[in-house]
Amino acid sequence: MRTINVKDITQNIKEMCIEANYFLSEDMDNAMKHAGKTEKSPLGCQILAQLQENLQIASEERIPICQDTGMAVVFLEVGQGVYFEGGSLTKAVNEGVRQGYEEGFLRKSVVKDPLIRENTGDNTPAVVHYDIVEGDLVTITVAPKGFGSENMSRIFMLKPADGAEGVKRAILTAVKDAGPNACPPMVIGVGIGGTFEKCALMAKKALTRPVNSHSSIAYVSEMEEELLNKINGLGIGPAGLGGTTTALAVNIETYPTHIAGLPVAVNICCHVNRHVVRTI
Amino acid sequence: MIKRIHTPLTGEKSKTLSVGDYVYITGTIYTARDAAHKRMQETLDAGNNLPIDLNDNIIYYMGPSPAREGRPIGSAGPTTASRMDKYAPGLLDLGLKGMIGKGKRSKEVLDAVVRNGGVYFAAVGGAGALLSKAIQKAEVVAYEDLGTEAIHRLEVVDFPVIVVADASGNNLYETAVKEFAVNEV
Repeated sequence: MRTINVKDITQNIKEMCIEANYFLSEDMDNAMKHAGKTEKSPLGCQILAQLQENLQIASEERIPICQDTGMAVVFLEVGQGVYFEGGSLTKAVNEGVRQGYEEGFLRKSVVKDPLIRENTGDNTPAVVHYDIVEGDLVTITVAPKGFGSENMSRIFMLKPADGAEGVKRAILTAVKDAGPNACPPMVIGVGIGGTFEKCALMAKKALTRPVNSHSSIAYVSEMEEELLNKINGLGIGPAGLGGTTTALAVNIETYPTHIAGLPVAVNICCHVNRHVVRTI
Repeated sequence: MIKRIHTPLTGEKSKTLSVGDYVYITGTIYTARDAAHKRMQETLDAGNNLPIDLNDNIIYYMGPSPAREGRPIGSAGPTTASRMDKYAPGLLDLGLKGMIGKGKRSKEVLDAVVRNGGVYFAAVGGAGALLSKAIQKAEVVAYEDLGTEAIHRLEVVDFPVIVVADASGNNLYETAVKEFAVNEV
């Protein structure tokens, strides 16, 4: 049994919210630089150069990369040998978000009720996903999610007979419909299988996987590559103003599913695909 | 083509702008996004006057992050324009000339742009830190209780935008994508 005080969770979440909003992770940074070298549209190249300059200003002057500093999505993988002391873990997570968004000059974009729409004023509550794992470590992933791209995300309850072709068509349709609204170049997180909510959660989690990584399942890895080529062949381009860089990566996660179903979720992220991971 | 314009955006000036033009805007523009648009519509529906004069003005669909001390504004990039499609045709008919945002617009908005000789500009989404450098001054002028969604008056210098829909009915999002598309869905 290992004891962790929830104050440590608060401190880490606070720092991670700020870090995620000022600095792009190394995998994303490399992918953006690479796109600047391969883009065929002159206007697309100009936009990618602007985005490079934007990243530089954000990190040097500590201004959020994007004004939409997101709703804080937090994944917590908790070792089953960990005991938390000092109060509620979920409250500690939200306290970290509250402090991070205040001290980091991040925008408070959360409303208390989806229809009454009064701003909570501190960007809480976060959306927290817990996973109990073996061991006595805690891995925290903070992924603030902007809603320009979140709004363009989709879920498709396909039939088993739709097969791989149906899955690919669904993903391409979601990306094409997103077009300029999702701030391309995008990252496409996909969940295939499971249940309605499981595939959505996998799609979200897929966005936190490094963009230079591939699925360990051979056919899935091939599908990721094929889809990335097809997406970049749609012509949408940087900012949706035409070009060959529409997405930087397609990350697919799969899970066993029911004999009657083939759920597919497509969670779209803009080029400010924020994810910070720490293990404590 | 690179062009520089000063506000107000008169009909004469907006007529000179065509899709694909890279435009640097200098002068006064106003911010408004979802909640401010809703409230402006309610104000108009009640038969009252809007808190800002729309005539020959430009609305920037943007809600900034908080400013650090000594700075006029925080990160300040565009939000998705289609959420304002419900309100934009009415505002254009009342004299609004320009809109800055990102993403596709409805047919009703594009028709209203043509009908009123207006223009829809895109700023680069996700470039909020860079765009904030073109904003010299920011001041809340209405709906302060809406926080980031309040109407701000911005003084901008060489604020960079691209014309994506013009008064002749051209739409860059459609034409530019076709140029680079090599496959369909």
